[in-house]
Amino acid sequence: MNDTAGSGGGVKLKIQGAAKNFGGVRAVSNVSADVQEGEIFAIIGPNGAGKTTLLNMISGFYHPDEGSIHFEGHDISTTGPSEIAALGIARTFQNIALFRGMTVLDNLMMGRHVLMKSGVLSSFLYWGPARREEVAHREKVEQIIEFLKLTDLRKTPSGALAYGLQKRVELGRALAAEPSLLLLDEPMAGMNQEEKEDMVRYVLDVNQEWGTTIALIEHDMGVVMDISDHVMVMDMGEKISQGTPDEVRADHRVIEAYLGSTDHKEVA
Amino acid sequence: MEWQFLFELTINGLLTGMMYALIAVGFVLIYKSTDAINFAQGEFVMIAAIVVAGMAANYGFPMVAAIAVGLLFMIVFNFALERVVLRPMIGRPVVSIIMATIGLALMLRGLGPLVFGAETQPLNIGVPDEPLIWGPLFMTPIDVVGAGISVMFLAIFGWFFMKSRKGVAMRAVADSHMTSMAMGINVERYFALAWILAGVVALLGGLVWGSAIGVDTQMAALGLKVFPVVILGGLDSIIGVVVGGLIIGVCEALAAGYLDPIVGGGTKDFTPYVLMILVLMIRPYGIFGKPIIERI
Repeated sequence: MNDTAGSGGGVKLKIQGAAKNFGGVRAVSNVSADVQEGEIFAIIGPNGAGKTTLLNMISGFYHPDEGSIHFEGHDISTTGPSEIAALGIARTFQNIALFRGMTVLDNLMMGRHVLMKSGVLSSFLYWGPARREEVAHREKVEQIIEFLKLTDLRKTPSGALAYGLQKRVELGRALAAEPSLLLLDEPMAGMNQEEKEDMVRYVLDVNQEWGTTIALIEHDMGVVMDISDHVMVMDMGEKISQGTPDEVRADHRVIEAYLGSTDHKEVA
Repeated sequence: MEWQFLFELTINGLLTGMMYALIAVGFVLIYKSTDAINFAQGEFVMIAAIVVAGMAANYGFPMVAAIAVGLLFMIVFNFALERVVLRPMIGRPVVSIIMATIGLALMLRGLGPLVFGAETQPLNIGVPDEPLIWGPLFMTPIDVVGAGISVMFLAIFGWFFMKSRKGVAMRAVADSHMTSMAMGINVERYFALAWILAGVVALLGGLVWGSAIGVDTQMAALGLKVFPVVILGGLDSIIGVVVGGLIIGVCEALAAGYLDPIVGGGTKDFTPYVLMILVLMIRPYGIFGKPIIERI
């Protein structure tokens, strides 16, 4: 409870000494970081650095073996994924995880599931409060569809869309939950230049217009350095650097992690 | 006279087909939410019918009360089953859920008669026995009532999955447990709901079929019997189950009417399976099932 005082003010998400082991493999070890309210926070690092594991801990799919994670002052270290979603954290997945058989519209409506209140019986009956609620949710979803320029594809089964569009629908589904913290796991992976530019614009718009705090994993350095307020660099499960894009770019440990250790070569 | 015979076979086949669909929808409910095939669905039907018939025959319950007890029993039983046996399997390979249901089926087949007796019991839900004669047409009242009940409940379930939020959420759960959790969906709760609904459908099927053929362990074979219906229609489609049921029902009736006199009987029992194999060769996902297309 004392942590609440420490994480007051502008800290949205506070990770303290988080560690995760899978059998003998130490996927994440002793990572601490603060994500500030309203910022874009990027996590970068080579493959296998533990970035996705960290994201899975934040969204509740894994629980840290050591350390803690606080969201808006609440300890969420042992909270399950569906409750974490209800607290206002939404995410996308590295491999697209849309409900393939459903239309774009239904996928986005599912994204709003956390905000839907009516019980089993009233939703069976579909009148009164359930109906009014449905209409209100539908309006918000239509706004997001318009924002992401998916209007023509509303009734298309999501599995039939091109890759870049599926990524966009997945972003839309996360937005539909009106999260205060949005986690994006490689939102631009596998996209062509034009699709990347679109995605960057949407991410920036969400951040600036809706004030949503965003934490993202991305491999495209150009994009990361352009849009992030803070960057955290991970390698082999550990945090090796953190700071503004310029600070990180200048950090020799980061260069080593990406290009191999040049110092050691000279010694040898 | 010949066309009248054909007409009568077809109508009776359609009625039986609707009753098959009522059993088959139990498979669809489980498959749609958990992505697993419940091999104990036939045993659910059997146990539901045994409870109702047992209450009425052994304890002198009026039929309405016996049905209420049966309904309560199926809800509690399937709720407990989901908690104890199936919930620990969330996130495991689907095959482990399937194996668990096979074990469950064998257990129920043994336990049912042990607790409620093995002799065939009548089940009378108040439908008269005298055949309905309508012009040249000759129908069994329970078939008509059974088909009616089936149409009604299948319409309700169809609407539930297509239109209601809970139904759509259930489809989401079937699609991916992990993604559903990230949407804030309480996956466990939907599993429980699916199994409870499967129990309720089993009770309806048990009442209808128990009245038609009597209640004993043979009822469990209905599960296997409707398997071609489910495969034919597609495991995830309620409309598919109806169409599959009607096709199988009519095929069976026609086989019994035209083939049996020629070969001396028995074709009724295997025609559905022949049809199932043919469909699997052409459309492996059933007539209405969703084909899984990967975009690369």
